[in-house]
Order: sequence, then C-alpha cells, then structure tokens
Amino acid sequence: MTTFIPRRSLLGLFSTADSAADAVEGLQGQDFDDKDFEIMSGTPYPEGAFGEKTSKHRLYVFPFIGAAIGFTVAILLTTATQVSYPLVTGGKPILSIPPMAIITYEGTMLGAIIFTVLGIIFESRLPRPKLGLYDERITEGYVGILVTTTEDRIKAAKEVLTKAGAADIKEGEPD
Amino acid sequence: MQERFHLPDSQINKDLLIGVETHPKWWFLVVGFLAIMVATAGGAFGYMINQGLGVTGLNRPVMWGFFITNFVFWVGISHAGVMISSILRLSQAEWRRPVTRAAEVLTIVALMTAMLFPLMHTGRPWRILYWVFPYDFARGIWPNIRSPLVWDPAAIFTYLTSASLFVFIALIPDLAVLRDRSTGPRKQIYGVLSLGWRGTPRQWRFQAIAGILLSALILPVFVSVHSIVSWDFGMTMAVSSWHSTIMAPYFVIGAVHSGVSAVVTVMVLLRWAFKWEKYIRPEHFDGLGKLLVVVGTTWFYFFIMEFLFGLYSQEAAEVTLRSLLVYQWPWNFMFFIFLATAYFIPIPLWLFRGVRRSVILMLLTSILVNIGMWLERFLIIVPGLTRKGDFTFVWGTYRPSIIEIILVAGSFAFVAMMILLFSKVFPLIPLFDQKEGQVLEATTRIGRRDVPSIVREE
Repeated sequence: MTTFIPRRSLLGLFSTADSAADAVEGLQGQDFDDKDFEIMSGTPYPEGAFGEKTSKHRLYVFPFIGAAIGFTVAILLTTATQVSYPLVTGGKPILSIPPMAIITYEGTMLGAIIFTVLGIIFESRLPRPKLGLYDERITEGYVGILVTTTEDRIKAAKEVLTKAGAADIKEGEPD
Repeated sequence: MQERFHLPDSQINKDLLIGVETHPKWWFLVVGFLAIMVATAGGAFGYMINQGLGVTGLNRPVMWGFFITNFVFWVGISHAGVMISSILRLSQAEWRRPVTRAAEVLTIVALMTAMLFPLMHTGRPWRILYWVFPYDFARGIWPNIRSPLVWDPAAIFTYLTSASLFVFIALIPDLAVLRDRSTGPRKQIYGVLSLGWRGTPRQWRFQAIAGILLSALILPVFVSVHSIVSWDFGMTMAVSSWHSTIMAPYFVIGAVHSGVSAVVTVMVLLRWAFKWEKYIRPEHFDGLGKLLVVVGTTWFYFFIMEFLFGLYSQEAAEVTLRSLLVYQWPWNFMFFIFLATAYFIPIPLWLFRGVRRSVILMLLTSILVNIGMWLERFLIIVPGLTRKGDFTFVWGTYRPSIIEIILVAGSFAFVAMMILLFSKVFPLIPLFDQKEGQVLEATTRIGRRDVPSIVREE
C-alpha cells in the first residue's frame, strides 16, 4: 500500500545573490534534487550564478514550424486568389513569381515570429494561472528560493535556508 | 568613459515607474493639449469626408501630396525601434539599455499613425473593407498582388505585429514588477498581462534568447518594409522620374536616419519630463550621435547616387525633375533647406564630442534632421508628380490646404499623445535591463587605473 506523504513549500528570501547561491549549495548538499527547489529573482543573473543546472529546450523548432506555416498560407493565398479571380493586365502572367515572393516572404516571417513568441511563452512555462507561494519583495531586489518537499524534510530545508542567511522564510501549500 | 552608478533594485523600480505611479499636473496638461490637437485633426478629417477630397490641394497630376509624404515619413520613423533595439542587442552594446523600449514604442505608434494616412487618402475609407474582406458577388475581382500598394499592407502588418509582440515579450518582467507594486483591479490586470511571471532562471534565460532570436527575425522584416514602401514609387509605371533602382536601400537608410534622430528627440524629452538624468546620460547621446554620423553619411551617399544616376541617364523626365529642384522657386528653396537640415548642419556638428554629449544640442539637431527628412519625402513625391507626363500642358502645381496641414500636425500630436499614454501604464525604460546592467558591470584594475568593464556571457 502506498503511503501518501503530504508536501509543503518554503520560500526563503535572500538580500544578496551570494547568500542565495549558498542556500542552493546547502540544499544540494542535503540531497535536495533540482526539481525540489526553484529560484526566483527580479533581476536576470548570469546562467549558473546560483549553481542551478541548465535545462534543455526546443525553442528553435518553433520559428521553423511558424515559417513553414506562414509560407504555406501565403503561397495558398496568393495562388488561390489569383487563379480564382484572375486580373488580366497587359498580358502579364496571372501567377507571377516576384510579387508572390514578396507576399510569401512577409507571410513566412510573420509565421516565424508569431510561433517564436508562442514558443518563448511555452518554454518559459507560462502562462501560470496561480503564482503559488511568492513574495512581492522578489521584484524589489530579493532572491527567493522556493523549496517544495515532503513534510519530513521541511525542517532540514528550513535549517539550510536559515544557515545561508535568509532574511525571511514563509511557509505555504505547494501549487 | 562609461559613467557608472549602482542603485538598489527598489530605487530603480521607484525611479523608472515614476510615470506610472505618480500623476504630475504637467502630464495632464500636455496630454490634454495633444488630445485637443488630435480632436481638431479628427474634425478636419470628418470635414474632408463630408466635402470630399477636393478640400485638399490634391488635383491632377499631383494626386499624392501631404498624406503620402506623411505616410512614408512615419514608416521611416518606425524603423528606429528595430534598428536600435535589434542591432544594439545583437551586438551587445551596453548603452542600448535605457533606449530600447522607447524606440520600440515609437515604432509601434509611428506605424499605427502611418497606416492612417493611406486610409484618409482614399477619401472613402470604409471602402478599404472591400480590400480586407474582398467579395466577388457582383464584381468578380480580388486585390491585385502585382501592385506595390498591396505589398505595403502585407509588410506593414507583419512589421507592426512583430514589433508589438517584441515589446510585449520584453515587457513581461516589468509587468510582474507592476503587478507586485499595485493593488486592486490594477494588480489583477497586470497579473493577467504578466502571465504569472516569477523570474525563475529558466524564464530569464528565455527572455535573453527571445531578445536575440526576435531581433534576428525582425531585422529582415525591417529591411523589407521600407524597401516595399519605396517600391510604391520605384515600381510605378506612370512617373518616370521615380524609376531609380536605388530606391529601396535609399529609403531604408533614410528611414534609419530619421528614426534614430526621432529616438534622440524622444530620449531628451523623456529625460527632462521624468527626471531620468541618472538613466539617460550623455554617454547614450554620444553613442546615438556616433551612430547617426555613420547612418547619415551613408544616407547622403545614397542621395548623391540617386541624384547622379538620374542626371547621368540624360532622360528628359529625370533631368527635368532635378532642374526643378535646383533652379526653380519654391522647390530650390525647399531643396536647400532639406540638404542643410538633413545633413550639412547636423552631421558636421555630431563630429564633435562636446555636441554629442550636449543634451540640448542633440535635441535641436535631431529635430532639424526630421524637418529635413520630412522635406526629403515631400521632394521625392510631389515635384515628380508636378512634371508627370511628357506633355507640358498636363504639368501642374500643388498647394497643400489647411485640412492637410491640420491632419499632418495632428499626426505628430497623436504620436506624442500615445507615447505619453503608454508611459502612464507601462515603464518606458526596461527595469530588468537596467538591473541586469548593474549586475554585469565590474571594475578591473589595469596598472594604476581602475577601468569599468562588462561581464559578457558567451
């Protein structure tokens, strides 16, 4: 029989990036997995500044998919409309590559950009309907370390955050 | 030498959100005045719709006048945002930080303004619906994609959508700051707009990637947009003097010249209005001034080439147009003013560091450039049309009416008003960009000197 162990969240607020990095190091030393804690900051710090691992992504697929869709839509639009409603002017071809290329190019770029934006939002794990355990001081310069773990490990996590110099520690329910 | 300061994040938030969180009297007075100007322009537009295009100065053969000049001018101004934001982001120029968002917002507002003018120019703008939602029930036709006038909406729509998305993505972290500092309905609205941003390393990483990737994608669009607008002239059969193959790069570089100058004007005004002396510093105007020397001189090179190509061909239409510009009043007067204000006054002044770092001189010279560049578009469009056709009895003149003047003035008021309205809701200097600049700056000891340096990520 599986025993359900309830999970709790702790949010530690640190006034400097160094103390936050110490906290992350402490958590990793106490065998907390990277999935157990999350770092939040109002300032973009260089990658790896807190000792976190870099996650993989597939963002670069999105512009290509968008470009392909945009290209197809533009080609269909220009071809289908000119074939369906031909406008004969001075013996010029009904389907002419240079003007079609211009509109197709714009359609391709529009598709690529729209899908890139969607990809960025998706890969950033947004939109997030609920903020969860959060503190507004994070955007005022504090670095937040959010630890979500089982109740039996919460005390150890709290000790690590306190030892690293957390200015404040909040407890709450996990998302 | 880069000037350095270090402020706590809370101070940066307070300083840069001053436009959103405080309500000074001047803002209401200025926006009120601008709204009156826009309303007057709206009234003039209504009068024109009621009475017909005959109330303008447009008449055969000059069927394009102030409206199309203004359309091209504002599309040109819109190129600043992408130029500054994308190119400086890709080249990791640190001095871009306070400039990017204002430039991008100027792009969006300028494009929206530009789009109004062809609509006004139709005289019956509701018929544009037949273009957007064509139907063939009784007419059996569809917009002709072989016309540059159909490429224009495709390009401008793509550019406007791209620029808007670019601004929104970069705005998300600042929306989170606004969410955290607001209460009540504003908090909920900013909360929705910020999409639940929390500032995790993954989210910041994708912000950085977004900046680079979108910059790289938007740059080709930026080149194509004004090229396509230039082809409204370069690919028109009717006006021989417009048939120059140099139109596309000439227009693009001219757009950058006028656009970056407009950004300088906007930055000076923002610095003064919101007391952002700590954030918009002489070093930023220095950087913009140097950029303008290069861009302005390149533009001037294309102008000379366009002029010379026309004369070298010895085609009657080309020679006639250039004779008109050089020898005939009032065209020669306008031509002289255009050259003086667009190049010969500002560029030599910008060669001097003292001028580039003087805020008031940068304001005056940037305004001069845009006076010159507005005249440039006017002198490309109207003189060619006055001499359109081989027979002198079809040649004509053009005098703008008060309606056109009010509508053009109203467009400037509209742009200024929209930027001020934006500043009431969102910050015009990216907060996180400023904070990142502080994180990455360092001081390195070399010999006996402490030299400012920047940490760059590969």
